[in-house]
Amino acid sequence: MHELSIAYNIVNIATRAAQEAGAEQISAVHIRIGALAGVVADALRFSFAIAAEGTPLANAELIIEEVPVVVFCPNCRTEVTLPNPRLFRCPSCHRPCGQIVHGRELELVALETL
Amino acid sequence: MSYETKRLIEIRQGVLSKNDQLAAELRSRFHAAGVTVINLLSSPGAGKTSLLEATMRVMLAECRVAALVGDLATDNDARRLARSGGLVRQIQTGDMCHLEADIVARHLADWDLSQIDLLFIENVGNLVCPAGYDLGEAARVVLLSTTEGEDKPLKYPATFATADAVLLTKMDLAGPVGFDRAMAEENIRAVNPLAPIIATSARSETGLQEWMAWLREQMQARAKGSKTIA
Repeated sequence: MHELSIAYNIVNIATRAAQEAGAEQISAVHIRIGALAGVVADALRFSFAIAAEGTPLANAELIIEEVPVVVFCPNCRTEVTLPNPRLFRCPSCHRPCGQIVHGRELELVALETL
Repeated sequence: MSYETKRLIEIRQGVLSKNDQLAAELRSRFHAAGVTVINLLSSPGAGKTSLLEATMRVMLAECRVAALVGDLATDNDARRLARSGGLVRQIQTGDMCHLEADIVARHLADWDLSQIDLLFIENVGNLVCPAGYDLGEAARVVLLSTTEGEDKPLKYPATFATADAVLLTKMDLAGPVGFDRAMAEENIRAVNPLAPIIATSARSETGLQEWMAWLREQMQARAKGSKTIA
């Protein structure tokens, strides 16, 4: 359960960005979570509400974009999206692919002000 | 203020960017000092400390080995490992379920890295949280013990998918617990087609030669890397 510490990281980065932009109240926080980031979206939402208390992010909505796993297929020589993060096989040629291109992201994308 | 209209503030920053930056600094320090760093991950009780004891006993005869050992509490593991004669330090994380780069940096602040060839970082026993935190390691090794069940790689794909090697541990118990090695390997392969899989037992010393050969390869790769750069 490290979602609370991740939530505090989000709140710290976002609070600084809000202050720099002169925003007093944030209404929404957009983040991207990769399927291999090891972060549970529900646990993060719960933790975020606690971490945001008493900051410009209090009551802000956490909007999560889930990023699928993308690997490089050496056979097809292209990047392919895995339909299932538990099966690292190219969906077109069905050969094993282990080079992860996307899916480990944990990114704070943007804030919305009121 | 009431005139303010809704607007978007772009950030585009990694939530763990501070950790990633510290880890990158550690990685270049390790590289400059010629230390090969191995981050060991597994669930609690998979045998990280027993494997390290057996590994350090042998590797200490050929190179300078050190270990940082992460646990929520107690220094039992560090005391066990110190018997091997290597440089060992316990990291007590309190409530933290994983190690972060700044904790590692603080705990080796007074170590002379140029006097170490191989450094193990035994992460907190946990198959979820440590996966997201780069510690500046050269390689990440994940352990799966025969007593845990063959489907762990499918339950924790983030940890197994990012492993540079996977060790099956407690192979001496495979028979009594009915461990299906072929299925375990198939599940590891499903989420990580590239990492070598090495079957070991710290007690019966099965597979330890293969594991240590892999470690030597990592050290040689480092040594070559530094020569090219220098």
